[in-house]
Order: sequence, then C-alpha cells, then structure tokens
Amino acid sequence: MLSQLRTLWEIFKHSFSKSETVQYPEQMPYLAPRYRGRIVLTRDPDGEERCVACNLCAAVCPVDCIALQKDTRDDGTWYPEFFRINFSRCIMCGMCEEACPTYAIQLTPDFEMCEYDRQNMVYEKEHLLINGVGKYPDYNFYRVSGLKTASKDKGEAHNETPPIDTKSLLP
Amino acid sequence: MPTITIDGQTLEVKEGDNILQACLNAGLDLPYFCWHPAMGSIGSCRQCALVQYQNPSDERGRIVMGCMTQVTDGARFSLDANNAVEFREAVVESLMLNHPHDCPVCAEGGECHLQDMTVMVGHRDRRYRGKKNTHRNQYLGPLIHHEMNRCITCYRCERFYRDYAGGTDLGAQASRDRLYFGRQQDGVLESEFSGNLVEVCPTGVFTDKPFLADFSRKWDLQSAPSICGGCGVGCNIAPGERYGRLKRVHNRYHDDINGYFICDRGRFGNSYVNADQRIDYAGIQDADGRFTAVDQASALDTAGAWLKNAKIGGIGSPRASLEANFLLQTWVGADQFSSGIADIERATVDRQLQILQSTRAINPSIKQMESADAVLILGEDLTHTAARVALALRQAVRNKSLAMATQMGLPSWQDAAVRNLAQDALSPLFVVTSYASRLDDIAQRTVTLAPDDIAEFGRHLAARLQGEPAQSPLIEEFASSLAAAERPLIISGSSMLQSNIIDAGAAIAEALCLDNPQTMLSLTAPESNTVGATMLAHPNNLSLEGMVERAVELDVLVILENDVTRRLDAASMQKLVASGTKIIALDVIENATVERASMVLPAASFAESQGTLINHEGRAQRFFPVFPPAEQRLPSWQWLLQLAALNGNSQLTALTQFDQVVDACAASQPAFAHLNEVAPDRSFRDRGQKIPRQTHRYSGRTAINAGVSVHEPQQPVDHETPLAFSMEGLNRDQPSTLIPYVWSPGWNSNHALQKFQAEVDGPLKGGQSGVRVLISSADGVAPQTTTPIGAAPNDRWQLVPVHRLHGSEELSARSDEIAELAGDAFIALSAETAGQLEVAEGDRLKVIANGDSISLAVKIVDRMAAGCVGYSYGYAATRGLIAGAHADLQRDTDWRPPQPSLIATDRQSMAVDRGNPHV
Repeated sequence: MLSQLRTLWEIFKHSFSKSETVQYPEQMPYLAPRYRGRIVLTRDPDGEERCVACNLCAAVCPVDCIALQKDTRDDGTWYPEFFRINFSRCIMCGMCEEACPTYAIQLTPDFEMCEYDRQNMVYEKEHLLINGVGKYPDYNFYRVSGLKTASKDKGEAHNETPPIDTKSLLP
Repeated sequence: MPTITIDGQTLEVKEGDNILQACLNAGLDLPYFCWHPAMGSIGSCRQCALVQYQNPSDERGRIVMGCMTQVTDGARFSLDANNAVEFREAVVESLMLNHPHDCPVCAEGGECHLQDMTVMVGHRDRRYRGKKNTHRNQYLGPLIHHEMNRCITCYRCERFYRDYAGGTDLGAQASRDRLYFGRQQDGVLESEFSGNLVEVCPTGVFTDKPFLADFSRKWDLQSAPSICGGCGVGCNIAPGERYGRLKRVHNRYHDDINGYFICDRGRFGNSYVNADQRIDYAGIQDADGRFTAVDQASALDTAGAWLKNAKIGGIGSPRASLEANFLLQTWVGADQFSSGIADIERATVDRQLQILQSTRAINPSIKQMESADAVLILGEDLTHTAARVALALRQAVRNKSLAMATQMGLPSWQDAAVRNLAQDALSPLFVVTSYASRLDDIAQRTVTLAPDDIAEFGRHLAARLQGEPAQSPLIEEFASSLAAAERPLIISGSSMLQSNIIDAGAAIAEALCLDNPQTMLSLTAPESNTVGATMLAHPNNLSLEGMVERAVELDVLVILENDVTRRLDAASMQKLVASGTKIIALDVIENATVERASMVLPAASFAESQGTLINHEGRAQRFFPVFPPAEQRLPSWQWLLQLAALNGNSQLTALTQFDQVVDACAASQPAFAHLNEVAPDRSFRDRGQKIPRQTHRYSGRTAINAGVSVHEPQQPVDHETPLAFSMEGLNRDQPSTLIPYVWSPGWNSNHALQKFQAEVDGPLKGGQSGVRVLISSADGVAPQTTTPIGAAPNDRWQLVPVHRLHGSEELSARSDEIAELAGDAFIALSAETAGQLEVAEGDRLKVIANGDSISLAVKIVDRMAAGCVGYSYGYAATRGLIAGAHADLQRDTDWRPPQPSLIATDRQSMAVDRGNPHV
C-alpha cells in the first residue's frame, strides 16, 4: 500500500519537471561535431581528394558495407576509382574513421537518412565527397609520406633530406 | 637429434639447423628479415636476435643471431629474455628510421613482412627526431615498380637476383646509410625471374607493376590453387581475383616443383584473362563473315541442328585440360580425333613419351634436379623453354661449393661463407645447343652445333660412355665428368622439334645408368598439357595434318582451345576452311582459328574452370576456378558434355559432374587409374565446411554489388569443387592441393607459408600434391633410327627455332606487359653470318622459305651454329617458318620503319592511363 502511494507521488512529481521531449523535426537536437552519423569523404587543405584508396576502412568495416577500387593519377598518387558505401548496412560504428590514415573518411552529425527506396541508401563517391576538410583542417597525407607527387619532389616531404646521390664518393 | 632448451621448453631439433629454423619449426615466432629458406643466412639485418646461455649456471647469457647460430646438443636459449626483446625492438626501430610513412599507398601493405615484424616486436612510437633519407626511384621495366625509400637494406633482392637467379643488372650501390638497390641506370630488368623480387623483398621496394595498376589488397583477393599454363613445368600458382578481374598471380609453394619461385611468364603472363579480346558470348558466323552474338541456349540449338546425324571430327589441344581432351576424344571417337599437335612436334613429343615410359634413368622433379652434380643440356635454351628448370640448374651447379662446405664442416645455410669459400667453383654444366643459351654463363663448356650435329654429338658421347673410344677430346671431357658424377642429369626436350636430339639424350642417360642408377633424364614439354594430350592419344588418332585431309568428309569439326593456325601452314588452313565442314571453335580468347569458325563458343579460362594438367615429368595436377565464369562463358568440359548430349552420345550422357568426368577419364586407361587422387573431390569438407577462397578479412561483401542492386545476391555456389566462393571455412590443415592462399595470425605476408610447411623449407603439412601418372617400366629405351634433316646447302641456311620466355607462348603473349617485352619477331644470326650478309643488329632480312618471304629484324647472338639462323618461335610474324627448313636470306632494302602512330608524349600519357607511372 505504501509502495503504491509512493509510486503515485513519484509520478505526480514528474508533472512539474522540464520535459525532455523535443518537437523533432521542427526542433533540432544538438549533436556534437563528433557524433557518428552519415559518412563523408573530405578533401585536403589543397582541395584534393584525401582518400588514397588504401582499403583500410573497407577491411575494418564490421558489416562490410564499403567497397572501393584504387586507381592512380598521372603523378603516381592513389585515389579511389569508385567508392561505395551501402548505408542500408552501415551501423555508424565509426571504425572506418578510426582506421583512415589520411582523415579522408569522417562521420558527421547528420543522421537523417530515411529513404522509401533502399537502393537510394547506396552512396557512391559523388554523394560522399564534400568540398571541405571536415574535422582535421590541416592534414595532408602526401606532405608527410615519402612518395613523389606533382606538387612535391622526393625529399620534399615533411622531415626529409634531399635524395641521396648514390654516385658520391664522400665518406 | 640435438636437444635444445628455449625458454624452458625442451625441443628436439634437426642436426645442422640454425636456431632460427629450429624456432620456426617449433612454431615459435622469431622475427627475421634477411634470412630466406631458399637462400640461407647472411646475418645482415640483426633481427632474429635471442639470448644464448653458456652453461646451466649462466643467468645473463649473450645475444646471438638466430640465423647464424647452429644448434648444438644441450644449448640453452631465450626468446623472451628482456635484453633480447629490447634488442629486437631496437633493430626494427632503427630499420624504420628512414621508412617513408606511406603504407596506405604501398602495394605491399597488408602482406608486408616489415609490417608483420614491426607488430611482432611491438615497436610503435618513433623516437628519432632526425630527418629521413630519401632516394630516387628507377624505371625497371613494365613488370616491376621501384620505390627505394621503403628499403630496409636486408640485401635479399640482390641475393636473389644475382646469387640465386644469376642476374647481373641489379645490385647494391653506395655505402653506409646511402645504400641503394637498383640498376646502374634506368632500364628493363634483364632476369627472367625478376618478378620474384616482389615476393622476396620484405617490404614494398619492388612491387608488381601490373598489379599496382589494378590494385587490391591481399585480404580482398579471392584465390584458388592453380597450375601455371605457361609451359610444361606445371609450377603451382595462386591467382587472385576481385571485381571479376584476375588481379595478380603469386607463387604457390610446391616442395618438388617450383618451391618459392616462378618465372616472369608465369607471374605476369596471365592478364589475357582480363583482355578485351576474351570471348564473352557464343557467336555464329554470318555469310558476310561477321559474328552474331547469341546466348548459350540458341547456340546449342543451332549446334544441335548441325550435329544431328552428322559426321563429327575433333581437334584437341595441348593447352586444354586432360578432361576436356578426353571428353572430345570420347565423343567424336578416336578415329575422328586429333590431339591438335602438328606432325613435326608430335614426332618429338611421342618419342619423348616412349622414352619416359621405358627409361632406366630417374625422371626427376625440379627438386631432384637441384641435387645434380653434373648436368648436360642437349639442344635446349632452358631459360626460355622451361624457365623454372633453368633456375634449378643455377642451384645445381652450386653443389660443388656445398660439397666443399661440407668438407669444411660449414653448414649449407651459411650462404656468404659458402660462396666465399667456393668463389667461382661450379659443378660441371655442359650446354650443347645451336645458339647461345641463357645458362652459358654458368656452363663449364658450351658447344655450338647444328641440330643434326647435336644428335650426332650425343650419340658419340653415349657410345663413349658405353666403352667405345672417344671421338674427340671434348667428348672425353664430357664423358669423364658425367661418369664421375654421383647424380648426373641429362636434359633435352622438344624445343628444336627434332626427335633425334631427344634420342641422343636418352642414349646418354641409358649409358650412364649402366653404372649409375642415380642418373636422371628430364625432357621438357612445350605446353602445359602436352604430356597429357600425348598420353591420351589413341593409336587410331589422326594427325593434325591428317585431320585437314579428312575435313571434307566431316560435317562438323570441333576445335578445342587450339589456335591451329599456329601449327598449320597457310595452305593447310586454307584447305581446312575450304573443306566446307562447319567448324565449332571453343576458345578463351579471339584468335585466327576462331575468326574462321562457323560457330564460336566462349570457354572459361584456367582462372574460371578446373581441370587436370600433366607436366613434363608426368605429374598430374589439378587447377581450380578462382572465380565463376563471367558472361556466357562455360568451362570447356561443360560445353563438350552439352554438345555430346545434343548429339545423343550414350557414353557421355550419364556424366554431369566434373568428378564423374575425372572418374571416366581415370577408367579410360591404366596409366590414369589414380587420376581421381590428384585432388579431393567435391564432397571434401574440412570440419564440415568447404575450403574458403576468400580470406576471413574479405571486405565489401554488402557493397560490391550494391551499385547494381542493394538486394544482395547469394554467394555463387560451387557445385564442382571442394572450394567455396566464400570466406566461411578454415584455411588450414587441408590437403596441399587445396591451399588457396597462405595466411596465419601475425603473418600476413607470404612468409606465413612456414606455418603450412611440415618443417622450414620442407614439404607442406597437407602432403604431396599431384600424382605421378607417368611411371617408367625401366626396361631401357629402345633405340630408334631417325633420318637426319641434313645440313643446308652452302648458299642456304637452316632455320632453327629460337624460343623466348616472353613471346613464344600463345596465351601469355596476349598479356600487355609480356607483349611489350616480347618485342618484334626477329631472325637471329651469329656475328660472322651477319658480316657475311652485311647486316647489323636492327637491319631487316627477307627470309625466303617454302615460297614465302618474310621480313624480319636482325638480332645478333653470341653463338649460332654454322649454316644455321634462328627465328623467333611462336611469334605471329614467323608462323610460316618451319624448324629445320632451308631458307634464303636477303637484305631487305625496301623495308622502312612503320610511321609511329603515336607521338612520344601520347605514349607517355597512355602509360599513365594504365596506371604505371614511374615516379
């Protein structure tokens, strides 16, 4: 009897507390920038695609919903010929973002991805690629890696010495 | 067997091994870089450090290198001792000082020994604050990509390329931390085994260039055990597929055959599988010569109408599987069947089979050949006709140095010490050929003779070995070396298309056998299933030329995976087409025969079908489909079963499954009795599951097809083999025939192989793969009299076929990179002949033989028999030339180099489009 009265009292008390319910979609909730929603492919500060098609995101994806094929640009840099995410399978776990060595793949706070047709949940590169750097404004993989690219010669990457002259006789 | 203690664990180890081998044999993970099971130890990378204790009371111990320390009874070691662990981590840390931070864009990533070892030693954070050294890369040809920054200076590439494979144009340059591995200047790597650098390099300095252009990670490749179709050796390969394209071919270890290495034809000669010229749909030729593509059902309808009450003939193929050849022969009947080998070649391969079926000598595997201590090669340029055998002979000539090492008590794995001890000492290798061979550099003596004279020389040598007096000091030298050897090896083959050379080789082996039962006789076979097609042959079979004669009487002629225009002269081909018989051609890729067929049926390539191939030593081996046939393709055996059913063949209508075809083939003749033991049948299960073709990390399953439809299709079901197009199942403990790829926890690179070997560098745990179906009665070879061709008259020249690893084989030559290396057809002359004809390298000569005149580029070779000229065998331009024929040579003054259709800059941008930039 006492227990039932206490329950009634507890519920009555809630009538005076502030409601947590928001009028979605009229009222949008705050989602932190690191919220794990829709996946995007970002660009480096120079405006080039960051993705180097290393396949690590695809390998780490627990639901195997990422497929891509590597291709090579004229200067030898790698990029994805196609990059496909099947969002109807994606569980927004963020492991792809964690695996990405170039900060190309990033999860965004956008979670509104409802479709009447499941086929529309399949995103190709043109749907994924954004014109921005996302959460990591400064990073450019090719400035760090020792690969020669159109914009930098051997030895011009971060923390590198100029190429060695193998014919030098100096000790 | 010595007993050693490692971290308190007592192990029985093999006498003479080093600690690294002992650890790996015991399943302990000891990191290493420079050691390679086939190349031994040099102790240069300092990675396999562990602690050795002096005596039971020693607590401190001292650090020793595992690969340089021989096991001794009672020795005590520790892998886990703190100082050893720290030392190994410090070694990786220092090796990584200049490593360029580019794993994501490195083709080795995911199967990188350096990655594995770094993780194994636990190195993670870079402490070094200095700058990284960098290097310029080199252009090394269309096969190998160079990225020198990644080098950890283990010296493996140089040791493989120079010491193991005998190459001369790649080596170490500069000193200290400027060390550089490359060529003196940019250029195509000369070695025929350069592709192995990809697997030998523990990191990404040398990577597979065609694979890089169409790249997928190792974990994304769907693989199946396969057999190389490049030549008669039958090396085991592991092709990998993704998105319906054959991406790359890796070596698949077979203890007795290819070991760790394959040749460049085997590795890079398979991209024809992805070519635009592949046949995707059945086609029926219209009156105007154009083909109309039709689906399988309507093709079979049309074929059914043609086959009704028809007289049918069949031409088999030495490059098609044994089962497909068997089905065609059984269907059309032995009287109406030809093995598809031209008469001139059939004479040699038939004789070859007779010899191998009766010889007293051992018919050796490649591993046995490596143990030979005296070798005689008759008439073969092995590097171009059976490349893997040539590589084995480069090891065989080292047996003298290994014997010297044994005398000194030096273990054979002490590679640098053994080589230092032996210097230039080599076991005797004699090369008797008509023209310069690639093994001349290790030969004790080379002899240059015209084909008939090679046979004559061989006969004299055999006579001398049987006790007759020697005809010349040279023969005395050869005979005494061979007679003194413990395991002499005689190698001959059909590349000169002359059976008297093979006969001479057999006679020498027989003569040696009288005193030495260890004598080995090996005969190379021209194509992947030549021996199989020859064993299958029935005495009533027609010759290929005979089939052309018979064609007028036939209503339908079925040609199985055979471009007969390569084997028949133009007149015979004309006759065949003019006979009015309807030709049904089954093939994998467009060719001149397919163009002339009334109906073309798209056959699955080796990567999409299964079958048995019999190699030069008579070993039957099974290849399995890597991926299901695309478009309307079907494996040839399925097409043939369907065609035979239309025709109402009672013998074959009961067969539906591949295993049933194998059983029927096995029952067809006693030699094939064990054919069904070549590989497990489709009911094989490992712990209740099929063997997976995909790795457990295979990615993108729910996205690969999502571009077409988000509704995921069921994985293709493989009803015919014990393998599954799936990642479910276990890739361990299965029979060796069924290992699609190697992987083991912590070992992502091909070094995971040691987890599949019963012992380091030993046989696989899953037992021997392949079955020897060619067993000699050991009655001795009955001599055969062959009439010599006869030397050419003074003003004419005898044509000798010159084989090229890149270009002479039909299908590999259809791969872009191989075609690039093959270059144009040529006529090979000695410098003397060139002087006589007043031509220089690159000039053109008109070769006039059999009424045809062909213009060919001149190539000067070091050795060419007097009165002989060589022509590039198997090239489209030299198709009309016949081995042994006599030809006139005239300087071609009319010839002008063709106008380049592209300007140089276009060519460069095209190369870039193909994803092969050299940076």
